[in-house]
Amino acid sequence: MKHGKLLLSLQFAFTLAVCAFLVVPVVMSILAGLTVNYFVGLQSGLTLRWVFEVWDAYRDTLFLSLGLALACLALTLLLGVPLAYLLARSRGRLARAIEELLMLPVAVPGLATALGLIVAYGGFAGFRTSAAFILVGHVLFTLPFMVRSVLAVLSVIDLPTLEEGAASLGAGFWQRFRDIVLPNCRNGILAGALMVVTLSVGEFNMTWLLHTPFTKTLPVGLADAYASLRLEIGSAYTLIFFLLITPLLLTLQVLARPRRQSFAAPDNTIENAS
Amino acid sequence: MSHSLAISRRQSALLLLPAAIFFTAFFLLPMLRLFFISASGQLGWSAYLAIVSDANYFRALWTTLAVAAVTTLLTLVISAISGVFLQRHAFPGRALLVSALTLPLAFPGVVVGFMVIMLAGRQGLIGEVFALFGGERPVFAYSLAGLCMGYVYFSIPRTILTIMAAAEKLDPRLEEAARSLGGSPWHVVRDVILPGLRPAFVSSGAICFATAVGAFGTAFTLATRIEVLPMLIYTEFTLSANIAMAAALSFSLGAVAWLALALARSAAGATVAAAG
Repeated sequence: MKHGKLLLSLQFAFTLAVCAFLVVPVVMSILAGLTVNYFVGLQSGLTLRWVFEVWDAYRDTLFLSLGLALACLALTLLLGVPLAYLLARSRGRLARAIEELLMLPVAVPGLATALGLIVAYGGFAGFRTSAAFILVGHVLFTLPFMVRSVLAVLSVIDLPTLEEGAASLGAGFWQRFRDIVLPNCRNGILAGALMVVTLSVGEFNMTWLLHTPFTKTLPVGLADAYASLRLEIGSAYTLIFFLLITPLLLTLQVLARPRRQSFAAPDNTIENAS
Repeated sequence: MSHSLAISRRQSALLLLPAAIFFTAFFLLPMLRLFFISASGQLGWSAYLAIVSDANYFRALWTTLAVAAVTTLLTLVISAISGVFLQRHAFPGRALLVSALTLPLAFPGVVVGFMVIMLAGRQGLIGEVFALFGGERPVFAYSLAGLCMGYVYFSIPRTILTIMAAAEKLDPRLEEAARSLGGSPWHVVRDVILPGLRPAFVSSGAICFATAVGAFGTAFTLATRIEVLPMLIYTEFTLSANIAMAAALSFSLGAVAWLALALARSAAGATVAAAG
């Protein structure tokens, strides 16, 4: 059994090392963004100077990314939730094919999708130079995550029973969709929404080709800063990105824990809060 | 009863159409256009042959596949060891550890590239540590090794989550049986745990491979000198304005990524849902 204990300690040490591999560079870059001179080290003192410099030069990218993420969320809700419901209701071969097709923009490298958009719509200058051009790419990339997330919830709840109940009380199709289906897949919508916003805020592969000098998103600005500015500024910029993305990720982690499925009507407190 | 619940043609159309129109207009049609453009260069359709016959393209293809394969292997080994351990053992701070391990889940490739620079760049931690012991500073952030490290960094979080979920479903009685029959820990791992985790390995390995094949941000941050296919596509398009070749390379790259995912799905069957 001594052997087993040694093995266990080794596994534990290994896991700690992996954790350090992931976390240490994050901490280093945060510190670098707050250090007067990274080359000299922490003894050169701490400062918010770099953060302010980034804020002055790049805050537009932050606002554009947030705006894009929200617009992307609105579109994926509008396009994705009805589609997920249809797919949940008709689990035939066609439904599987549609699901498969939707995943293509995720499976295919972002560069390819972006090139496609450019050759097809690059000639429409008004569209090409607007943020809507980037938005289209982001919606293509995030839509399957919304659909899957809602579909996952819809396929474990007993939709037919709930809908039959409502129908027997005289609820029509659209009324059932609004009052039965939507409230019941709230968890899926929430998880999908967080996923969509997180992915949109971080998308680079497509955005790098789709952006123009006037439509720079946060990751595009980051790439700029890494390539041309001093390490402290790149780090401070990364710090701002972390501040934006960490709350999203932590909420996603909480949601990813085993969720309770309930048939109960949504309680009013949550309903009102949302 | 079921009749009143049936969705009419009009209703399904209303549910489907918004997404279908968007998807057709902004994905299917552009891709079709791109496909024909890929044959519009001097080479015609043999642009696709050039990927194999042209030494430059072929080298880039091999480099891409090799980097993706090494990344996948390393990620799976690391995630299996830590994932099974974390799933099996409760200890104080475990939840924090799991949180920390999954934190980089949505870092974009550019940020991952920057993390690699933090570790293995000119002022990186690894160099500092070596310098501390009086050695030479290794700087490998801007090489294929750095790129690989970035992809592993990016892939560990989601792979660990998939493996932990799979490990949770392993039947501990099988391991007890193996042990009671005199199997050594190594035998239990090889004959019981690893086969049980196979579907998770296949599905998360495929996602890892496909991501490493198509990713662009990390390579872009680390160096323009790293000759992997996505970088080549980018330079063909922007520097050489060779849209036809960029398109042909994109389709080949897309085919490789899609094939990896499709093969994994058919190998794993319906038992494993692809991780988001």
